[in-house]
Amino acid sequence: MLKSKTFVKKTRSGGVLKIVREHYLRDDIWCGSEVCTECKDDSPVLQRDAFIQSRLCTYPHYLIPDTNVVLHQIDILEDPVMRNVVILQTVLQEVRHRSAPVYKRIKDAIHEKEKHFYTFTNEHHRETFVEREQGESANDRNDRAIRVAALWYNQHLRKAPCAGELRVVLLTNDQANKEKATEDGLLAYRCTARRFPSAQSPWQGVNHGRQISLLNEITGGRVLFPEHLPLSRIQTGIKNGTFLQGTFRANRDNYLEATVFVHGEGEDGTEVLLQGLQNLNRAVHQDIVAVELFPRERWAAPSAAVLEDDHANDEDAEEEEAEKVPCVVRKKTSMLKPTGRVVGIIKRNWRPFCGMLTQSQIKEATRHLFTPADRHIPRIRIETRQASALVGHRIIVAIDGWPRNSRYPNGHFVRNLGGAGDKETETEVLLLEHDVPHQPFSKAVLSFLPRMPWAITEEDLKVRADLRHLCVCSVDPPGCTDIDDALHCRELDNGNLEVGVHIADVSHFIRPGNALDQEAANRGTTVYLCGKRIDMVPELLSSDLCSLRSNVDRLAFSCVWEMNRNAEIIRTHFTKSVINSKASLTYAEAQMRIDDATMNDDITNSLRGLNALAKILKGRRIEKGALTLSSPEVRFHMDSETHDPIDLQTKELKDTNSMVEEFMLLANISVAQKIYEEFSECALLRKHPAPPLSNYDILVKAAKSRDLEIHTDSAKALADSLNAAVLGGFPYFNTLLRILATRCMMQAIYFCSGMDSDFRHYGLASPIYTHFTSPIRRYSDIIVHRLLAVAINADGTYPDLMDKHKQSTLCNNLNYRHKMAQYAQRASVAFHTQLFFKNKGILNEEGFILFVRKNAIIILIAKFGLEGTVFFKNKGKPGPKLSFDSEGPSLTVEDQHTFHMFDKVKVTVTLDASNIQHQKIRMALVEPIAGVSVAWPEPAAKKPKLDR
Amino acid sequence: MAGLELLSDQGYRLDGRKASELRKVQARMGVFGQADGSAYMEQGNTKALAVVYGPHEVRGSRSKSLHDRAVINCQYSMATFSTAERKRRPHGDRKSSEMSLHLKQTFEAAVLTQLYPRSQIDIYVKILQSDGGNYSACVNAATLALVDAGIPMRDYVCACTAGFAEGTALADLCHAEETGGGTALSLALLPRSQSIALVQMDARLHQDHLDTLMEAAMEACKGLSKVLDSVVRQHLQEVSVLSRD
Repeated sequence: MLKSKTFVKKTRSGGVLKIVREHYLRDDIWCGSEVCTECKDDSPVLQRDAFIQSRLCTYPHYLIPDTNVVLHQIDILEDPVMRNVVILQTVLQEVRHRSAPVYKRIKDAIHEKEKHFYTFTNEHHRETFVEREQGESANDRNDRAIRVAALWYNQHLRKAPCAGELRVVLLTNDQANKEKATEDGLLAYRCTARRFPSAQSPWQGVNHGRQISLLNEITGGRVLFPEHLPLSRIQTGIKNGTFLQGTFRANRDNYLEATVFVHGEGEDGTEVLLQGLQNLNRAVHQDIVAVELFPRERWAAPSAAVLEDDHANDEDAEEEEAEKVPCVVRKKTSMLKPTGRVVGIIKRNWRPFCGMLTQSQIKEATRHLFTPADRHIPRIRIETRQASALVGHRIIVAIDGWPRNSRYPNGHFVRNLGGAGDKETETEVLLLEHDVPHQPFSKAVLSFLPRMPWAITEEDLKVRADLRHLCVCSVDPPGCTDIDDALHCRELDNGNLEVGVHIADVSHFIRPGNALDQEAANRGTTVYLCGKRIDMVPELLSSDLCSLRSNVDRLAFSCVWEMNRNAEIIRTHFTKSVINSKASLTYAEAQMRIDDATMNDDITNSLRGLNALAKILKGRRIEKGALTLSSPEVRFHMDSETHDPIDLQTKELKDTNSMVEEFMLLANISVAQKIYEEFSECALLRKHPAPPLSNYDILVKAAKSRDLEIHTDSAKALADSLNAAVLGGFPYFNTLLRILATRCMMQAIYFCSGMDSDFRHYGLASPIYTHFTSPIRRYSDIIVHRLLAVAINADGTYPDLMDKHKQSTLCNNLNYRHKMAQYAQRASVAFHTQLFFKNKGILNEEGFILFVRKNAIIILIAKFGLEGTVFFKNKGKPGPKLSFDSEGPSLTVEDQHTFHMFDKVKVTVTLDASNIQHQKIRMALVEPIAGVSVAWPEPAAKKPKLDR
Repeated sequence: MAGLELLSDQGYRLDGRKASELRKVQARMGVFGQADGSAYMEQGNTKALAVVYGPHEVRGSRSKSLHDRAVINCQYSMATFSTAERKRRPHGDRKSSEMSLHLKQTFEAAVLTQLYPRSQIDIYVKILQSDGGNYSACVNAATLALVDAGIPMRDYVCACTAGFAEGTALADLCHAEETGGGTALSLALLPRSQSIALVQMDARLHQDHLDTLMEAAMEACKGLSKVLDSVVRQHLQEVSVLSRD
């Protein structure tokens, strides 16, 4: 049985508590050697003829490594040559404390039967336990414990009758420890690869150098980042120009790189490149930071490589990262960008982040790394005990701080969203990640809705034009419930045509300044996701009272033109009105009516008139240089019950689509002119800046590879050369070019006329433009409605409407919301595409090369509007030989095949679910050459073996 | 950084015990002369003092008395210095009231109360030092005190905790093991009849593991009963030696 002796161990946590723990010492802990007769071990681990070929020890011996050897030379210990090693409990505990990955590796080694690693529980052995002496540091005590244990082994084995020359050898890196051990009569050696010539591995020599640098780091308190400067010094630095202030933008593909966008005077801002963790200095995406520029000779070019921070939950993987940084390709000076480092943070812009937990490799650990879904954000360390319950779930985490000595910021768990991969959870995640306000409307907001049952009152009729007799109809996509526009066209007595665009009068219901208005202004836009709509205004308005449904009286804001048959505007008239739509048609229905010669009712005639005019208008617009661009858009057919996508379809465009669009454009332009005439200082307009010519480089290069020329000096030239760029036998080529051209464009933005001088809308080739036609789903239109109402004396004004600064901030919010809504929409499509392919399995499809990159090509599958990347290089493994020509651009693989842009290839499409957080569509080449591309950029991570 | 490893690969717990081993138990009976019965109990670093008065007439309101058996009144408390953090512990807080109730239920099942109708037995227990398994230390101490007071019981009441780590049941948890996550089950057993006086568990545990856990706790209780028995016998010997003189 056991003889137990109670010892008292005192530990302090926080310097306040004295924790008393019992510590039992036993004499039934066996040495684990086959030789020993004294110990009653049933199945000893250590072999009788323990023999490692070594220059120093020619006799059989067991090895006892100390902590630092295990920590830094685990590669050596893992070598199959190393057998019969005694791992002391002291060592194991220290390793566990210091590095989780090494702990995991040494545990795996222990579990491997052939290696004959034995764990000796020396801390609980009666003869090997040592108490910390006064003035002795914990490290020294542990070293002494290791020596005592080694000594005990030596003596213990000597007692065995047939031990022969069997000895134990202590391995240590510490000179002092070695000396002390020799004094005690122990055999102690420094562990270097040289000592073990039979172990021929790539680590020879490498480890020795590494171990020394590591020692320094661990003994000195590790500080990873330079200190941030205090705000006062940053401010003086910015004033005298030594520092620059800007917004930090992390690179989503390379975690060691970021740019700081420095807001310069006026429009022109510069970008400063930051490389390496030290220089990024704990800044997080979207923080406002102060940067210091390096001298010109230290400027670098952005690296095109993709680097993912997927190290294990680990502190000491950092050295390798640090080594990676300097290998920045010093290329032509033209590629060099201003480079600098972050010296301080002016304002943190932290928000709660969605993502998933990466569980620590140690099972009982309470600290875990959290990987945000947004790849701009570094991983965050959180402390939780419910890690096992949170794994596989989408959770929200907030950052608390980022100390200097920590590789990752510290944060805390906020909320669990649900299982990853669930449709609801993923939708919630993408809404949160894109900052889309999607909570149900509050009571305060709902209180400003009109009371039901609602009807048009006498007063309304008095101040509005009654257009209920007109034959108005609406044309929309199928399933649309928020109908905000309707049209009519009729012949006037003088032979001219009267065309009316009737827009839902949302500003009648949403009065300025109330909670409903504020909420709508904040939301900015309705967000359409696959199978879900996040309304800007409550449903009562969006789908009922404001929706211009057929055969009900609705309030509208009408824009009525008198046109001649040449679609020239003779007179424009704006009025608030009451209409009664005669039909709600879909694009297809409207097209059928127009095409069907037998139909001759009012609605059809009106549609025909509109269609004829629209064609003239469109022709005129294109004449002026409006661009017809293309983007591969897809629609999902949803299963009506499970809401799973069952089919994909690219959007078809019919004549009627462009008919409606044409009149909406016309209305927008007319309204823009009117409100700018009336309020030159505070009109809310929309502009589309011309892109800088350098944006077109890729397009021009691509066209040149097919011997075509694209002129980019004006919109008109671009439109014409795009029209002319047709290749025989390659009908899709033109669409591809247009897709590329779309990517060259700038974002269209809202602005306040008093704050800007350039009003042009490049894409539509219009000198002035605004948004008027969709007030149910865009807040900008509500403001335009109000402005127009004031202009025609139909409504009163209010101070904020006339304040150009307030307008300008509103515009900023709207631009932001629009951008985010667009991203959310794309993310939603991407998610549904993944769902679709998940059900499909592996597909072989034809596609075109859209871009050529250094180590990959990007492929568009026209059928699905799906874009994917084909990688040629696998991380850590030598890939095929690649040569990249940036002037083509083309990529030659293995000297056999050169990929150019627009080449037709065949790929297999699969869903890569290895990273559940970022499930991706993966593509691999099948034709023209198979086998060179990598279906999965990295082999699926080995399943971590369970600890027991 | 990392949490505690409750059970190492070699099968040793934090303090060096194996999964089914108890902590060192030490006990003394008759520590106070004035009380009818008293005992001091150490289970590792958990130290408890139990004092018994009675059976005597019901104090206070008569309405509390029962015509067919004795009322058992338990009071549990913790010394201010019993934990790492010094803290004033008022009487009647939720935790100690709950503990008092558990003790009362335990001893109502064990004491032959029907022998003393219309009377009362008071059991006072105080934790002097707390290191896990407070309830079981209290029960064991109170048992010894009851024996010391000469109050007839069906059997010794032995209590012990058991926890669950890495698929193995751990007997007699210390404080670090109790708080280190996982389950803790306290069980009070009448060892001879193998009947359970009280079993209590707060944390979640898969049903499949419950049997192993109960088994481990019962084994531990039986081990404890041997220790208690030897303590009682030794005490008797001492007392008889003294009275002979």
